[in-house]
Amino acid sequence: MKVTLDQDKCVASGQCVVAADDVFDQDDDGIAVLLDPTPPSDRAEDVEQAAAVCPALAIRIQG
Amino acid sequence: MTSTVRTGGAQAPSAPEFPMPRAEGCPFDPPPALKKEQEQGPLRKVRLWDGSTPWLVTRYADQRALLADPRTSADITRPGYPSSAPVRGSSFSFILMDDPEHARQRRMVTAPFTIKRVEAMRPAVQKIVDGLIDDMLAGPPRADLVQAFALPVPSLVICELLGVPYADHDFFQENSKILISRSAAPEERGAAHAKLIGYLDELMGHKIARPADDLLSGLGTRVGAGELSRREAAETGVLLLIAGHETTANMIALGTLALLEHPDQLALLRDSDDPKAVAGAVEELLRYLNITHGGRRRVAVEDIEIGGEVIRAGEGIIVPNDIGNRDPEVFADPDRLDLGRDARRHVAFGFGVHQCLGQPLARMELQVVYSTLYRRIPTLRLDAGLEDLSFKHDGAVYGVYELPVAW
Repeated sequence: MKVTLDQDKCVASGQCVVAADDVFDQDDDGIAVLLDPTPPSDRAEDVEQAAAVCPALAIRIQG
Repeated sequence: MTSTVRTGGAQAPSAPEFPMPRAEGCPFDPPPALKKEQEQGPLRKVRLWDGSTPWLVTRYADQRALLADPRTSADITRPGYPSSAPVRGSSFSFILMDDPEHARQRRMVTAPFTIKRVEAMRPAVQKIVDGLIDDMLAGPPRADLVQAFALPVPSLVICELLGVPYADHDFFQENSKILISRSAAPEERGAAHAKLIGYLDELMGHKIARPADDLLSGLGTRVGAGELSRREAAETGVLLLIAGHETTANMIALGTLALLEHPDQLALLRDSDDPKAVAGAVEELLRYLNITHGGRRRVAVEDIEIGGEVIRAGEGIIVPNDIGNRDPEVFADPDRLDLGRDARRHVAFGFGVHQCLGQPLARMELQVVYSTLYRRIPTLRLDAGLEDLSFKHDGAVYGVYELPVAW
């Protein structure tokens, strides 16, 4: 699974961190940071949840 | 008449008035007429106070798509914007602006709302909640939960975060209430807004002179650096102060009422030690109650097609998230309060770039409140009939004016 994050779109809602805090973090201003662009497949459900709740549609998942 | 030009939906001449009334005796459900619009189609027309007929986007998937669509504008000064009341003044907070200015101003205040910083506040919020419950238990075994608990919790928290003296709470709570009331006269609302702006501006002066470790001082620094005008800083301060206490207060009181009316669900929350279950319960209560019930407002800046129909550039759009959260395509048996369901994809905080900035704080406060109040006062009960309660039908934020409880 390959994850991409568009930081320019991020609106700092922090919901990706709530969904999968081992894959996403936030910088000091709340902008999301991608910790793991290729999370293991057993993290798929939470990463998909993160992408689904991102209000800015800033998270994309491939594979 | 030989031809019909579809300039705004075939049903436009008979478009129902919006907002619509809720059903008597069903204080937690969206207006039945609004749900009927959802059954009838994805894109409907409604009539507003000024006779304009904006589009109503009824379904969850379309609501999300539209709120995240850069072809829509939240700029209240744009022709066609479906405002809920006459637009007054020329200065607005960033929630009524578009990017890039919206993003520039929003990013100035996001730092205190990161998940880590909100989590760091949890022990302090727990202490506030426990302290207010101690006070309730020390007095007679009955209270108005709104005044004794629901309003003070978020007011104390947002005052601390912004750097607003809590001693002024009567003043800002009273004026906030007028400002967001649909039944208040425009002049009254204008006066309440002016008072709040004046108050925040004066406070900003103190913060600029003597900065402290709080959000308003941070804005004061931006004013000093020329990144923000003092008026813009005051507008942002008013926005955060109101959004910080009104919304959460209503979720606490209305949520408690909903749980008292669903004792099996209340028991689930009271008897659970699992933070994940509590967090899930908060999401379901947010979905079910959806207290910002006035519909998100936008205007199309380009033509947008939805379900075979076209919203033309310049036409107004209303996105009623309360019925989006009751869309049976997304939430099975949507009118049932079910704390065990996965409700995390609800749109109670809106969607798109304007989605609620304070949501991590709201969630944490509600998690602390809901996991503490019913456990510490297990005999909590409603001290009035449901029919005796008065609900905020006229407010931008729905809730209950008073909640008499006993234990």
